[in-house]
Amino acid sequence: MAIAIVIKNLSVTLGGQVKALKNVSIEIPVGKTTGVIGPSGAGKTTLIRAIVGRLQIPAGAIVIFDQLAGSPELRSTVTYMTQELSVYPDLTVKENLIYFARMSGQSVPDSKATVARVLETVDMSDKTNSLINDLSGGQKQRVSLAIALIGSPKLMVLDEPTVGLDPVLRDKLWKLFAKLASQGTTLVISSHSMDEAQRCDDLVLIRDGKVIAHSSPKELLERTQTKSVEQSFLKLVGGTK
Amino acid sequence: MSPLKTIATSGRVLKQLKHDPRTLALLFVIPPVLMTILKYVFSGEPRTFDSLAPMLLGIFPMVMMFLITSIATLRERRSGTLDRLMTMPVSKLDFILGYALAFSLVAVLQATITSFVMLRLLDVSVLGGTIATVIGAVLSALLGTALGLFTSAFATSEFQAVQFMPAIIFPQLLVCGLFVARTQMARPLQWLADVLPLTYSVDAMKQVTTHSNWTYLHTRDLIVVVGFTLVALMLGSITIRRQEKA
Repeated sequence: MAIAIVIKNLSVTLGGQVKALKNVSIEIPVGKTTGVIGPSGAGKTTLIRAIVGRLQIPAGAIVIFDQLAGSPELRSTVTYMTQELSVYPDLTVKENLIYFARMSGQSVPDSKATVARVLETVDMSDKTNSLINDLSGGQKQRVSLAIALIGSPKLMVLDEPTVGLDPVLRDKLWKLFAKLASQGTTLVISSHSMDEAQRCDDLVLIRDGKVIAHSSPKELLERTQTKSVEQSFLKLVGGTK
Repeated sequence: MSPLKTIATSGRVLKQLKHDPRTLALLFVIPPVLMTILKYVFSGEPRTFDSLAPMLLGIFPMVMMFLITSIATLRERRSGTLDRLMTMPVSKLDFILGYALAFSLVAVLQATITSFVMLRLLDVSVLGGTIATVIGAVLSALLGTALGLFTSAFATSEFQAVQFMPAIIFPQLLVCGLFVARTQMARPLQWLADVLPLTYSVDAMKQVTTHSNWTYLHTRDLIVVVGFTLVALMLGSITIRRQEKA
């Protein structure tokens, strides 16, 4: 199995006090959806920010496609959807997407074609000329996801991409994630929703900055002899106490 | 660095302004209105207004651009958009210069409108001519933009960003020679004025007002303003970190 991301002995202390990640070592496979699952404050966003290179790594290492996290070479191949919306609320959907497409290096004609494609993907074609400020929370979330779809990323790192979305759209997006993975894109998706975990190919369960399990959902359920990821999580947490 | 990305950034900033007609109105209407009010404040002393007005033209653009840029950049830092941009193939200079370019275009328009009102409607006489007046005002606006970009790094909310105005701009206003000739101020304040950029912006406007030819002092003052602008832009660029400390 080809490996996209190798994380070795990663420890991060935020503000010199809070140990957000404690000696994390995992390998994330190519062309799979890997869910980073855990409750709020578990260290998911810190791990995500370290992977995309936005956080200095004080201890340990992250290697992505044979490059250190944060390397300039990765900026064209890795896309990032932050937990905040990360869009310009006073611009239209189209203006936002064209700007980010241009900043990713696309020409004006290419960026226009990209806008049509990614809006179609997130089912927002009818809102092309709407101001972000006039959209609902879920629609804003979809625009933010559309930005992460710009270009042909080898790795997409999505921090809580389905928060605030209705079940129908969530289902649609998880199908999209599976389709992207089948086409060879590696996806790292953080979520605090245990329901969504079962839709991932690969799971990293995280709590208090520690990885408490890393396997496929099926292996996890077999190993813990439970029927859901939530039950597995609770069993593992009980076991680690 | 890519000029196309710089242009894309300035285009995006200008589009944001276009969607905000209230801010545009404030940018272009407030300076001429204030200038007009001042004329009537000094209706009994027209000579005082004639000497103050060009100096104010060196101050208004800086103050307004400082405020707008510091808040716009702070929003960028806080909303996650800068976070996203810093993971993309974008250089920090593309971002900084994009802002500087957008606001300098706004400054040209603002300075042109205010200069027109001052020179044509309020009959202020400036020996140096309209072009020299507009150049001074635009450079002053660019200085405000650069200072705003830099100081936004030290604010964590828009409330704090606004508080930087009395902290960064007001001291410069007090000692720049607008209210009292600098030679009449206490010596330490003269030294302070010598190292603050607004002093040179105001001095450049004084040169434009009183000299029909381009003087050495005028050139020196503008070079100092440009120098401060470049340093502030450079410092602003340093405050934008590709990787944040844990």
